[in-house]
Amino acid sequence: MHEMSLAESVLQLVEETAIREKAQRVKLVVLEIGRLSSVEPEAMRFCFEAVTRDSIAQGASLEIVVTPGLGWCMPCGAEVEMAESYGACPRCGSYQIQPTSGLEMRVREIEIE
Amino acid sequence: MCTVCGCGEGEVRLEGGVDGAANQAVHETHEHEHTHADGTVHRHAHGPAHALAYKPGAHTHSHRHADGSTHSHEHESAIGGDLDYGTGPAGAHAPGMSQSRMVQIEQDILSKNNGFALANRRCFDERGIFALNLVSSPGSGKTTLLVKTIERLKSKLTISVVEGDQQTSNDAERIRATGVAALQINTGKGCHLDGHMVGQAMERMNPAEESLFLIENVGNLVCPAAFDLGEHHKVAILSVTEGEDKPLKYPDMFRAADVMLLNKCDLLPYLEFDADLAEANALRVNPRLTIFRVSASSGEGLSAWLAWIEAGLAGQRGKRAETVEGLKRRVQELERRLAHQLDHQSENKPAGQ
Repeated sequence: MHEMSLAESVLQLVEETAIREKAQRVKLVVLEIGRLSSVEPEAMRFCFEAVTRDSIAQGASLEIVVTPGLGWCMPCGAEVEMAESYGACPRCGSYQIQPTSGLEMRVREIEIE
Repeated sequence: MCTVCGCGEGEVRLEGGVDGAANQAVHETHEHEHTHADGTVHRHAHGPAHALAYKPGAHTHSHRHADGSTHSHEHESAIGGDLDYGTGPAGAHAPGMSQSRMVQIEQDILSKNNGFALANRRCFDERGIFALNLVSSPGSGKTTLLVKTIERLKSKLTISVVEGDQQTSNDAERIRATGVAALQINTGKGCHLDGHMVGQAMERMNPAEESLFLIENVGNLVCPAAFDLGEHHKVAILSVTEGEDKPLKYPDMFRAADVMLLNKCDLLPYLEFDADLAEANALRVNPRLTIFRVSASSGEGLSAWLAWIEAGLAGQRGKRAETVEGLKRRVQELERRLAHQLDHQSENKPAGQ
């Protein structure tokens, strides 16, 4: 359940930006969560709603953009799609894959007024 | 940064917002569903902006989708309609058309934690401290292993220990019984230590230069993987009373670690645990992992682990010495240049001035 503390970190970034932009409130928060990252989107939604209560982002929509998992397979010498962290290469079955994309956990943008 | 995981207790979030706006939001937000031309159903929430719609209930608005496209659509007087005040000048809230707008943030969610961790690491490096973050599931023998490690090393090195647990200071007391400094961090409902907590612990403990700093994280194989504390290495402990497939079940932790200690190896004759399989599984998720088979209670295998720690600390000392030497040389060079300049100036000064 570290999504709760991640959600608090999201709120911190959102609050800082909202204050700097002199926003009255936050309407939408867009997160970018990689498929291979350690964040469960559903848990993040639940925690986001809990931590934003009574904040400038109360009631804000949460949009989670899930980025695909990609990895560099050394035996294949190619970039392959990865469905799960540390999974096997779909082409050769090797586990010698270095994830290249899909580990992101970012706050992309917010909509404020 | 999070100190209380699982609730917002004691963290009143009103300071970030305008009180009035936050209170209004309670009455004005609503969520609704609509169907797109292509048949997909989409559900999204609205904030008080809708309260400004000029006709109660019916309104048009646009919003952004996951793929970045913007979409505008109308609603009949229905959901939330009775919450509209009907006084606003605009019926839409398309970013740019009304006072609402999009602001790019593009920051890592963990950036705050990583900032604290970076400061901790810099502080460790400046002082030539070797810092380890010990992670495992509860009951793998972390504290016993720490106690034995400390007993063997305390005559040679200065050691400080940070103990992370949800509650009690039992572990810190066990460490203090060995005679070294220990500080307990109780995370309350939290499931992991974070960079900020460790930074505060360092301030309190003020660890000696060129010493060993051991952090025993909360017993949890999931959450501590994501949080950098500023340590030099994460050390994962797996005991042979667990399953061989644990590295596959909890790959994040074994991936984040540089070292794995396979503990309680003295029990292997009595168990159906395949140590080679466990090692192979760990190496599958992290081929760079250094593995030591140890038993904290019998002491077997501990010497290799202790030698690894001493080598790590020697490395930190070496780096620091280089830095200090480098700085000294730089200061000497600057002093030499300054002296040269002063000489030059005094030579050029006309006599009598």
